[in-house]
Amino acid sequence: MADEVVLLDFWPSMFGMRVRIALAEKGIEYEYKEEDLGNKSPLLLQMNPIHKKIPVLIHNGKPVCESLIIVQYIDEVWKDRSPLLPTDPYQRAHARFWADYVDKKVYEVSRKIWTSKGEEKEAGKKEFFEIFKTLEGELGDKPYFGAETFGFVDLSLIPFYSWFYAIETFGEFNMEAECPKIVAWAKRYLQKETVAKTLPDQKKVYEFVGQMRKRFGLE
Amino acid sequence: MAKNDVKVLGAWPSPYVMRPRIALNIKSVNYEFLEETFGSKSELLLQSNPVHKKIPVLIHGDKPICESMIIVEYIDEVWTSGPSILPSDPYDRAIQRFWAAYVDEKWFAAMKGLRSAQGEERKAFLDQVTEGLALLEEAFGKCSKGKAFFGGDRIGLLDIAFGSFLGWLKVTEKVNGVKLLDEAKTPGLVKWAERFCADAAVKSVMPETEKLLEFSKVLAAKMKGAPPPKN
Repeated sequence: MADEVVLLDFWPSMFGMRVRIALAEKGIEYEYKEEDLGNKSPLLLQMNPIHKKIPVLIHNGKPVCESLIIVQYIDEVWKDRSPLLPTDPYQRAHARFWADYVDKKVYEVSRKIWTSKGEEKEAGKKEFFEIFKTLEGELGDKPYFGAETFGFVDLSLIPFYSWFYAIETFGEFNMEAECPKIVAWAKRYLQKETVAKTLPDQKKVYEFVGQMRKRFGLE
Repeated sequence: MAKNDVKVLGAWPSPYVMRPRIALNIKSVNYEFLEETFGSKSELLLQSNPVHKKIPVLIHGDKPICESMIIVEYIDEVWTSGPSILPSDPYDRAIQRFWAAYVDEKWFAAMKGLRSAQGEERKAFLDQVTEGLALLEEAFGKCSKGKAFFGGDRIGLLDIAFGSFLGWLKVTEKVNGVKLLDEAKTPGLVKWAERFCADAAVKSVMPETEKLLEFSKVLAAKMKGAPPPKN
């Protein structure tokens, strides 16, 4: 019996992108269902009644929620190819720690920048630079966070690249000037077909964020 | 394995610190417990967890591992001869991880809110806490499948994640004069809580409610900026 894989998602979601990249890496065929977050489908509400959020992976009718949990699930089910986490327990703990760091820090601070003005925005920018400096420290001279090849941490962070143009424009700074190592890392990782095909265009995301800002009364 | 090969940096009142200690007990691993002084952070802590500067930290050999649930999974993956903490089926693992994240990000956040809230806000947090417990009661039914723990016959990942908060749950009940775990509303969880606290891996690290209550007063005073009460 063939596997039935459905992904409930929203095209600009960084969390959804993580799952899309994982599925692409493993060469898994799936049905992509776009959600309108202003009008959530009965399927989404049924499959994720607790958080009512995307992404949700539905594998043979059973839902898995929370992007990093989904990515680990994908890695464990389709374990015969393209490992997303290292095999060594310490390396795994290290990867989980940094993916958790990305989860706890990057989304919130990015959101602060594009949803605020004045002092609050400046405070957000300062925090953003500190967080990315920490990430650059962890990357060091390695080509990827996963060392020789990309891994769990790379996958958890790369979706934010599609938001960089929006964040730097509304934040009034230059990402490449402020975080050169991260931008270089992202461009390197984007040479992978699975990533390049998955990430939406930065200008499209910028337009989307612009529309959101209008709705929040910021434009 | 030499006792000083495995160290846990922590503090006795912290539910997060309890988690790796329970996991190590399940695996029968001897470890040295290095207690941090309340109100200050040791050099070793700042060195081992420079990013968050928080307890717990597991130091295995010379390698630090941080974030309580990440430490628990590490312990499960390293000491494979002991009983398993995570289930083997990927879907069951995803469910355990999902609810452990829910407990940390949503449920305990509401518990913490309850601690310092007043009036209307307090009622809102209390509602969130009880709604969360209703969800966890349902999850317990599904995960345990009639057995003693979320993990089945033995304590597993979600038991550790949620059970470590039972001490603070009892304190919250006393301080607020409410019953959060209730024979009528959450009968499964009431019995589960008794079994969890009585388990050999948990008993020695679960703080006594009275001690925790005293500590919570010290903590509350510190948060208000007043000097701690003299006993």
